[in-house]
Amino acid sequence: MPVVARVEDLSVDYITLRGVVRVLNGVSIDVREGEILALVGETGSGKTTLGLSIPRLLPPNAVVRSGKILFDGVDVFKLSEDEVRELRGSKITVIFQEPRISLNPVMRIGDQLAEVLEAHVGIDKKTAYGRVEDMLRKVGLYDPQRVMKSYPFELSGGMAQRVMIAMAMLLSPRLIIADEPTSALDVTVQAQIIDLMKELISSYRTSVLYITHDLALVAEIADRVAVMYAGDIVEVGDVYDVFYDPLHPYTQGLLESIPKIGYRGKLRAMPGEVPSLLDPPPACRFHPRCPFVMDECRKVKPKAYKRGDHVVLCHLYREEGK
Amino acid sequence: MSSGIIEGLKERLTISEDTRIMFKRLLRNPTAAAGLFIVVMMAFIAIAAPLIAPYDPNKVDTKNRLQPPSREHIFGTDQLGRDLFSRVIYGSRISLTIAMLAVAITALIGVPIGLVSGYYGGKVDEVLMRITDMFMAFPRLVLALAFAAALGPSLYNTIIAISLAYWTIYARLVRGIALQTKNEAFIEAAIAAGASTPRIIFKHVFPMVTAPLLVQATLDFGATILLAAGLGFLGLGAQPPTPEWGVMVSEGRQFLVTGEWWISFFPGLFILLTALGFNLLGDSLRDITDVRARR
Repeated sequence: MPVVARVEDLSVDYITLRGVVRVLNGVSIDVREGEILALVGETGSGKTTLGLSIPRLLPPNAVVRSGKILFDGVDVFKLSEDEVRELRGSKITVIFQEPRISLNPVMRIGDQLAEVLEAHVGIDKKTAYGRVEDMLRKVGLYDPQRVMKSYPFELSGGMAQRVMIAMAMLLSPRLIIADEPTSALDVTVQAQIIDLMKELISSYRTSVLYITHDLALVAEIADRVAVMYAGDIVEVGDVYDVFYDPLHPYTQGLLESIPKIGYRGKLRAMPGEVPSLLDPPPACRFHPRCPFVMDECRKVKPKAYKRGDHVVLCHLYREEGK
Repeated sequence: MSSGIIEGLKERLTISEDTRIMFKRLLRNPTAAAGLFIVVMMAFIAIAAPLIAPYDPNKVDTKNRLQPPSREHIFGTDQLGRDLFSRVIYGSRISLTIAMLAVAITALIGVPIGLVSGYYGGKVDEVLMRITDMFMAFPRLVLALAFAAALGPSLYNTIIAISLAYWTIYARLVRGIALQTKNEAFIEAAIAAGASTPRIIFKHVFPMVTAPLLVQATLDFGATILLAAGLGFLGLGAQPPTPEWGVMVSEGRQFLVTGEWWISFFPGLFILLTALGFNLLGDSLRDITDVRARR
């Protein structure tokens, strides 16, 4: 399958007053055409940093230490500021977690969406509004005229997120980066939004990088899943493979810590804590918590070992694949 | 084609719902209504001055000098026999023109400086704000006096002097809001949607500034009228025989001791009323547009 975005050996640091935070530690991943790739991990594992680095939206204190990102074969770090801006909002779009604060409070919805069209394609107002109206209808807003005249505070959270999705889909992007788009919503609304996204994505053949920490949601929405731990992608594979046959000890622990209905025994929590990225453990960053820790884990960073389409970064599998 | 033009015109001419709501709130508030009434009255007087004034404001009539208020001259006459009522009416034109131009110029200087300073931050902000600080180191009246004295007394120099003394308020006000706004999630979202920096500043940051700006401008209208009258009174502003209120108060000053009070009183009263009107309106606009204070 063709690749839309390829991240190669990406390392990103944040320069802070407390020191250098090593957020991404040589991460590689492909986002394939038309797929929903879920990026899961705990808070602070670097999943948002990875997502936002693709359209070069990292905060000013971020430093890219190594690696490159190819978007449709183009190295994004080599583009000029204007060229990147051309990509943002048209080829790569972002859906943020909090829809209502991501909309300008003093601008009507219609104007805000038309604004995106205006910024990217030179079309007159009337055509722009027409396209906005069509898109709003497609995201399931039944009275688009009224929504276009509304201000963000007049919308419910679910409606606002539909508006954000409409905004992200307006120019039929190649890649949508969805940063926990449903975390701020009620569970029922969440389900509607997810159905909507799946439907739109399959009809537009857009790829989605879906950032979340909700594993149940991943099972529901994603084609493939990448598991992140402390700045590393430790395992990537088809959702079924990863969920039914987790290879990495971290993924195994993560899946065991989910409460299951009907199970009466004690829930197994993972020992230890997420390490501080100011001073991360050497080599495999998971080794201080790993039940299968070996000498090598403390000395050498594990390579990617493949079992078909299922990739794991762990020394346990070194015999198996190359 | 033509129907599109007509539709566009219609849209332009109909008052938007938000404006209507704001007016409703204004009229329901007694202070605001009083302020609005005075301001509208003054504007009307200024526009219709030739229709209201019974005499030519500059017509000298030495036979009728220093007449107290009477039926022919309801505000009396001054030392040259000019009709004070007509002069005060024409004076509103001068005061309002000064205020309007001065406030427009201050906003035109201050707002872009504030936007750029607040949004870009860093060194740009540092340089612009130190320049602002230099202007703010002096009391505004003293600064305006200095500029007026340096430029030479005239009506236009009054406007320039006031603008140079007042733009810092706008720069500071706008900078503060821009600084606050640039960290909002919707700015991040706009950047992610591919908006350029000028686009973000004008389409996303500037609208956040308009409400506080409107309040500040209204309050400054009052302050500017007072300042212009002050400069006129001190001889650094408009020059006689211009029927400027400050100049008129100054001219009448020598007659206060001899009992001809009306020459200073009526222009003074109009200065007071106009400044009061704008202040009342500005204060209540602040309450109305402040979302936090609204119940």
